[in-house]
Amino acid sequence: MIPAQFDYQAPATLEEAVSLLASDPDGAKILAGGHSLIPAMKLRLAQPQLLIDIGRIKSLAYIREEGDQILIGATTTHYQLESSDLLKRICPLLPECAKSIGDVQVRNKGTIGGSIAHSDPAGDWPAAVLALGADLVLVGPHGERTVKAEEFFVDLLTTALEPGEILREIRIKKPSGRFGHAYQKVPHPASGFAVVGIAVHLELNDDNSCKAAAIGVTGVSVKAYRAKGVENALAGTSLDTDAIAAAEKHVCDGVDPNSDLYASSDYRCQLARVYTRRALQAAKANVQ
Amino acid sequence: MKKAINLSVNGVSRTDEVEPRMLLVHYLRDVLELTGTHVGCETSLCGACTVMLDGQAVKSCTLFAVQADGSAVTTIEGLAENGKLHPVQEGFWEKHGLQCGYCTPGMIVTAAQLLERNAAPSREEICHGLDGNLCRCTGYQHIIEAVEYAAKKAGQS
Amino acid sequence: MTNNYVGKRVKRTEDPRLIRGLAHYVDDVALPGTLHVSFVRSIYAHARITNVDTSAALAAPGVVAVYTGHDVAKIGAVPCASALPDLKVPDHRVLASDKVYFVGHPIAAVVATDRYAARDAVDLVMVDYEELPVVTDVEQAAAGGPVIHESFGDNIAYKLTTGEGDIDAAFAAADRTVKQRILHNRLAPIAMEPRGVLARYFPGEEELTMWSSTQIPHLMRTQVALMIGIPENKLRVITPEVGGGFGSKLNVYAEEALLGWISMQLGKPVKWIETRRENMLATIHGRGQVGDIEVAFKNDGTLTGLRYSVFADLGAYHQLLTPAIPTLTGLMLSGAYKIPAIQMNITGCFTNKMATDAYRGAGRPEATYVVERALDLVAAELGADPAEVRRKNFPAPSEFPFHTATGLDYDSGDYEAALNKAQEIAGYAQLREEQKQGRQEGRLMGIGVSTYVEICALGPSQAMPAGGWESATVRIEPTGKVTVLTGASPHGQGQETSFAQIAADELGVDINDITVIHGDTGVVQYGIGTFGSRATAVGGTAVFVAIQKLKEKAQKIAAHMLKADASRVSFEGGKYSLEAAAAASAATGTSEPVVPVGEAPAGALPEPQTEGKSSLTIQDIALAAHLAKELPPDTEPGLSATYFFEPKNFTFPFGTHIAVVEIDHETGDIKFLRYVAVDDCGRVINPMLVDGQVHGGIVQSIGQAMYEEVVYDEQGQLVTGTLMDYAVPRAKHIPNFELDRTETPSPVNPLGVKGVGEAGTIGATPAIVGAIVDALAPFGVRHLDMPIKPENVWRIINHG
Repeated sequence: MIPAQFDYQAPATLEEAVSLLASDPDGAKILAGGHSLIPAMKLRLAQPQLLIDIGRIKSLAYIREEGDQILIGATTTHYQLESSDLLKRICPLLPECAKSIGDVQVRNKGTIGGSIAHSDPAGDWPAAVLALGADLVLVGPHGERTVKAEEFFVDLLTTALEPGEILREIRIKKPSGRFGHAYQKVPHPASGFAVVGIAVHLELNDDNSCKAAAIGVTGVSVKAYRAKGVENALAGTSLDTDAIAAAEKHVCDGVDPNSDLYASSDYRCQLARVYTRRALQAAKANVQ
Repeated sequence: MKKAINLSVNGVSRTDEVEPRMLLVHYLRDVLELTGTHVGCETSLCGACTVMLDGQAVKSCTLFAVQADGSAVTTIEGLAENGKLHPVQEGFWEKHGLQCGYCTPGMIVTAAQLLERNAAPSREEICHGLDGNLCRCTGYQHIIEAVEYAAKKAGQS
Repeated sequence: MTNNYVGKRVKRTEDPRLIRGLAHYVDDVALPGTLHVSFVRSIYAHARITNVDTSAALAAPGVVAVYTGHDVAKIGAVPCASALPDLKVPDHRVLASDKVYFVGHPIAAVVATDRYAARDAVDLVMVDYEELPVVTDVEQAAAGGPVIHESFGDNIAYKLTTGEGDIDAAFAAADRTVKQRILHNRLAPIAMEPRGVLARYFPGEEELTMWSSTQIPHLMRTQVALMIGIPENKLRVITPEVGGGFGSKLNVYAEEALLGWISMQLGKPVKWIETRRENMLATIHGRGQVGDIEVAFKNDGTLTGLRYSVFADLGAYHQLLTPAIPTLTGLMLSGAYKIPAIQMNITGCFTNKMATDAYRGAGRPEATYVVERALDLVAAELGADPAEVRRKNFPAPSEFPFHTATGLDYDSGDYEAALNKAQEIAGYAQLREEQKQGRQEGRLMGIGVSTYVEICALGPSQAMPAGGWESATVRIEPTGKVTVLTGASPHGQGQETSFAQIAADELGVDINDITVIHGDTGVVQYGIGTFGSRATAVGGTAVFVAIQKLKEKAQKIAAHMLKADASRVSFEGGKYSLEAAAAASAATGTSEPVVPVGEAPAGALPEPQTEGKSSLTIQDIALAAHLAKELPPDTEPGLSATYFFEPKNFTFPFGTHIAVVEIDHETGDIKFLRYVAVDDCGRVINPMLVDGQVHGGIVQSIGQAMYEEVVYDEQGQLVTGTLMDYAVPRAKHIPNFELDRTETPSPVNPLGVKGVGEAGTIGATPAIVGAIVDALAPFGVRHLDMPIKPENVWRIINHG
């Protein structure tokens, strides 16, 4: 219940945060909403020497349009994303995903950047940002760089963030044309984390055939991933029952599915297949 | 090592020096002696420690007191205004929404948040809104009815 | 008496403090100078301790003391109150010194100036272990796995066979028999408030006060006094608000004795508040049986014999009632049915896990579950409707008191009435029709029926380890306020309200004039506590009878004051009246306060005016009894009565639960369509409280049936050690409950109440499992073990 001692700094700017992190890249941890980090600290599974609280940098929490991009600041809370009228209008997958995270208290405090940077294998955001083909803007002592979501999630709790780097912004290309979306999840009955979570961003041609499908999968593997096999199988199809049924089979291609007390690997794959289909059907149904 | 914090709790401004690792819930309970906010788990899953932080329900066991520096906190003790029970408090009393009472403060604060954001929630929306709060006594049915009662009551006033 | 309160939906008097966050649980009690205790606990399930080095911890900032097993060797062993023939009782000390035998076993207590410092120093205590082989499976433990307590030679704590009737003959003569292996998952009680203790020793007075989150303050006082060697009357135990117990706080724990002892050593208040992880590791678990149920029956469905042979997973040692819990299972194996021959064979075994003990229902859910599962198996075997098989075997109302082959005499019952009512509410016939049609369309819908009976109001002292009575003192203070002191120690059940309802009606006073006090051994006469659905049936009866005693005295005083013979004075509506005036007086109902607030003269109380009066309120009489100027000869002053009620029998509530579920054939997900419960808990004092008890009980059943399971791995590590892994049901997991009641008064107590605290946990589990199994019947399934998770269901559907 009681974390080990640490030092605490609340920098006013991101630049300060970066230089603080540079001072102790191994012992320091970035604190945003704290909803992954603090429970681990209370069980003393994490014992950082220094917490750098970027949650107080107000300029890091935003949702805005810029050209054909949607820009989301790293410390934007799940609730801000869930309740954003702008996103509901232009990128409804994000609010839908946000709504299924944890519970209202967690959504009020937890942040999208914290969730992505933590890269919990059962976190919800990684699936959504993968499906939306997001770019992640990282800032470090040597400046800024942009990493594609697909390249960001590396392994179990491991990301492309180098020591000393902080996730600053999530950039998403505004969905355009005829698109549908869905995030469907089997929450673990105890933790609420995704046993399986499927994020779908679907683009249709004028004849209702599938122009492109992007599918982010979480909960199934050590890290979230794009279900390329499903995406490829759907491209150009009419998205009818048979096409979806043929495609869903590929959702676990190339991954070694997790197995735990709640769901063995083959059951988890079954859930992934079923929820891929349900998410695709839901996405197809809400195409405008 | 200690950090100075300045915050408003139930409308009273407070200034203290705290260890950075002091959890907000311990600050409220042990320093301010506001013991209505409870601790029921250590993994941010039971919701017994829920308080309002700048108008948003949060789990005070998953926040350091230093993170609340400069904020306004409302605890269960501050929910009734001028001695008049909050409609959710009334609902819990009227509908027997509590037994041992341990989860109740967190449950009430969360329900208050729910009704602020959705004045007339469906049963499903109530359950979704209370997903972060565990109760081991009531079986939830009377809690759901308590929230429905409060929604109705608040809608009338 | 009047009837303004009993039977009515009276809002709880407890609630205003609870809903405003102003109530006090143990951790809310703050004493200046309090030291905090944190425990070093074993990380191994079975190991020798070769060394404990406390030097670094002692040198840490804020640390006041560190105690190890050797330091506390004089503290008595953790008590086991069960007396079974040839029971092996391990000498379980409050801290391990040579050996640990479960993960979480306390090894050292660190005392520091604040809770953060205490926790930090725990990490500085260095324990050297020499690991030993581990046994976690109860059947392996019985078969001769690694021996946990070497001096016993094996892991079998006891073997016991119970039951009546010629069981072998019953099976030999049966038309048919069925047999099923059944597992009762190990559960964690998860009271939302973990345990906690605050102890304060007063060296001058040589008195120790302990605040503990317990269901049994008096029993704890007796046991802790013996353990730490303080005279019992120098130890005061206070249970402030208790945040749920469900049996987990019906116990005496090592930490309680240790905290009292440490406070005596240091002369300072000391506090320990359990973390949730400690609560999962080192607070008792419940259930944990595995065995075979066998039933003998005739072709027409008549039951002729039942045998249950079970291995009970007791854990590593005995807590207060550990070995007794499976024996309660044996008592209830007749269920709601006439079964001429019953036998239970128990093998209680030690395993390298936390001790099991009473968890809501305590042995009776296991009985109801195996009996109800067996009835479903009989129905399946015969191709009969499960409700009809049950109906066929009920004893008729005229057969009560009904003697069972487990040696009990059920007090009263009309089992068919409850079944009929539940079927009617559920629309049972129509549901079966819907199910039939649905199956043709590929829908997997299932209906589960449970017709349970439970044993409550524990119990006659003959059957209890430490007395089965309950106590009450009722007194009317000089100002007319009524104080009820109950030996029961409610912790959420609402007896402050329901006992006030009883007292208000019996005394004819306003409920707001009554205060119910409990949970303080310094104030309340000795009592037993709240568990086993006993508080109202036994404790409430004690209140009721104490009031009758008090009224006998008040009647004498009233007669004296009214200058009439006592036989001419009657009591109605809170007033003693001369016969002629009785009728008129009764119409006025409740009384007025004797001394209106703010009008009392300082120093002296106004004497009641009797001149010319034909009636006096009982509160007038209380004042006169305290002033003692006008009492009949040989009458003690004051108006107070104490009664210790010893029940002559248990009570036997019953009912029917019907669950309807539908299964998603692709995911195995289980969804409730309906849940109907008709419970009969005898006379109802407060229907709102009864509904609340039933709801809560059913949801704990849903937890057992579908979500909850304490899992240890083969090394004895607790896999489900936090609420991240151990799933307690949430609001989204529950159906809308449709409740109703029948009301068959109990003849065992004058209130006619039976008890309801555990009904939901006992009656619901088999209905839920029955419904799921019924939904899967097309796949040839007749039984599934709990918790039934979607994956289990999916496997059945997809792999047969």
